[in-house]
Amino acid sequence: MLYSIKIATRYLTATRGQSLLLVLGVAVGVYVFVFMSALIGGLAVLLIDRTVGSIAHVIVEPADRNPALLKEAPGTLLAVLKSSQQRPTLQSAEAYLPILETAPHVSVVVGKLLGNGFMVKGEAVAPVQITGLESKDISAIADIDASLVAGSSELMLGTAVIGSGLAESLGIGIGQSLVIRSERDVEQSITIGGIFQLGLAAVDNAAVYLNIRAARVLLDLPEGLSRYEIKLDDLQQARVVADDLRARTGLKATAWQDQNAQLLEGLTAQARSGDLIKGFALVTIIIGVASALLLSTYRRQSEIGIMRAMGASRGFVVTVFVIQGALVGLAGGLLGAGLGYLSLLPFPPPELTSGGGLPVDYRQGAYGAAIALTLAGAIAAALWPAYAASRIDPVKAIGP
Amino acid sequence: MIDGPLVEVHDLTKDYEEGDNVARVLKGVQLEVARGELVALLGPSGSGKSTLLNILGTLMRPTAGSVRILGQSLVGADDFVLTEFRNRHIGFVFQAHLLLPDFTALENVMFPAAARHGRERREDRARGSELLDRVGLSDRRDYLASQLSGGQKQRVAVARSLMNAPELVLADEPTGNLDRESADRVMQLLTEINTSDGTGFLISTHDEKIAARCRRQIYMVDGKIAHDSR
Repeated sequence: MLYSIKIATRYLTATRGQSLLLVLGVAVGVYVFVFMSALIGGLAVLLIDRTVGSIAHVIVEPADRNPALLKEAPGTLLAVLKSSQQRPTLQSAEAYLPILETAPHVSVVVGKLLGNGFMVKGEAVAPVQITGLESKDISAIADIDASLVAGSSELMLGTAVIGSGLAESLGIGIGQSLVIRSERDVEQSITIGGIFQLGLAAVDNAAVYLNIRAARVLLDLPEGLSRYEIKLDDLQQARVVADDLRARTGLKATAWQDQNAQLLEGLTAQARSGDLIKGFALVTIIIGVASALLLSTYRRQSEIGIMRAMGASRGFVVTVFVIQGALVGLAGGLLGAGLGYLSLLPFPPPELTSGGGLPVDYRQGAYGAAIALTLAGAIAAALWPAYAASRIDPVKAIGP
Repeated sequence: MIDGPLVEVHDLTKDYEEGDNVARVLKGVQLEVARGELVALLGPSGSGKSTLLNILGTLMRPTAGSVRILGQSLVGADDFVLTEFRNRHIGFVFQAHLLLPDFTALENVMFPAAARHGRERREDRARGSELLDRVGLSDRRDYLASQLSGGQKQRVAVARSLMNAPELVLADEPTGNLDRESADRVMQLLTEINTSDGTGFLISTHDEKIAARCRRQIYMVDGKIAHDSR
């Protein structure tokens, strides 16, 4: 083995220019691999941060109540009617809190009251989604504090924090008062304390955050909560956590992936596209190494014949060429991954970019995988030339 | 290995097939070479000298007949066995020296031992240096093969053929590419080694003067041994 390494190294260094070009070719392939990994990973981080970052990772709500199973008699039709007057609420919500807060991966639990209503300002009326919560929790799920464009996010009894689209449609600003009417026909007069812009139209155009005690009166829900919203330290664990909470509480627990199937589908398709491009980069590396080594076997035919005549086994010849492939793969892999890391390092992580920049994430360069796959690919690429070299007939190779 | 002849060949034939044509190059060769013999193999081009050497060197398989070297039958042995046998017991000197151009003189000489052991051992390095000294090239040991003259390359090839102390060295026109002075020097080297080490030599040549320095001359004509001076 040691001697095979020496001969392989000597062959590579004897044709420095050609070997350097080969290593550079492999390095370019590895660079593409690393860059694509960082780009696809960065895009995923950005998308998740911009969307999942502003929503709950797990939502815990009252379980759906299934009507009693009735046997449908011949000639009859069973219809399930849902009362519009009854709103599903978590009665004794406090009892669930310790279970939710101590579950693995749970970092934040926020109880919310939810309802619909209208905001009225003179002749202008706008439908709104009312969220009642503790003032301290207003930025726990979506970062309202960071998204404030005017006023403050503090929720006092008579104040509301609303989305910028809603403020615009009603033509109101900070400190102005207006009337809010709930679906229960309860009216309150409130003052606009803050205006935010999350960048999500559905929220910016309709959301109204109220102090939970004001919301209880407005929504006519003196006790209980509409739901708990949970944030996790690892959002990929959402389904596991949801299953766990469902089993432990008997409530309905939904992971973000199940509420954002399209986003998940998009991320998966994006990852597959990235894998495809990375696969092509690897195939290019393999073809490059294989063709270069195959040329080398033809050029060194007579030397291989000499070695065989001097008693070098076929296995020895195979090892020499496979090691050449491995050395080229390792050198190209290290060079490509190193250059990739250095060129990606100046880019800030996607979650810290303000938008418009290239969302590459140097942490997701998959450097180890790039080097390992390149090494394996280069060894695989060397097998054919190595086998061809080992089958060279020494008599024909050294000639008369 | 048992005692007995170095080489025993019986009814050796070799056919080359080219499409539908079959050319018989060796036609029932009978040959016996004793241990330590210095034999010249003479004959015109196409008489089968090189083919016979290639078969004796286990580089080529015969079509029919038997070949025993050092008492071991080699017909039918697999490539691994033949390669190992070749490495341990047979040395080669070719007309075109056939050195590895990217390796130094010493590395070329050590090659048969290094290929056998998988590394360049200290004792192999010492023996390689000793052999280079013996062929008068100790001052060229670190020169690349491509930096040596024709005569020097052939002397390195002779040293390489002796690296694993083989019982048989097959030399195919070893002086064919050399001037008279270099040819005499190489031939003197081979006879000295034959005398001092008892290594058997089978030397293919067109040169009657070279052949005259061998104790036995075998003439081949049209794939057969036409005359044996023994």
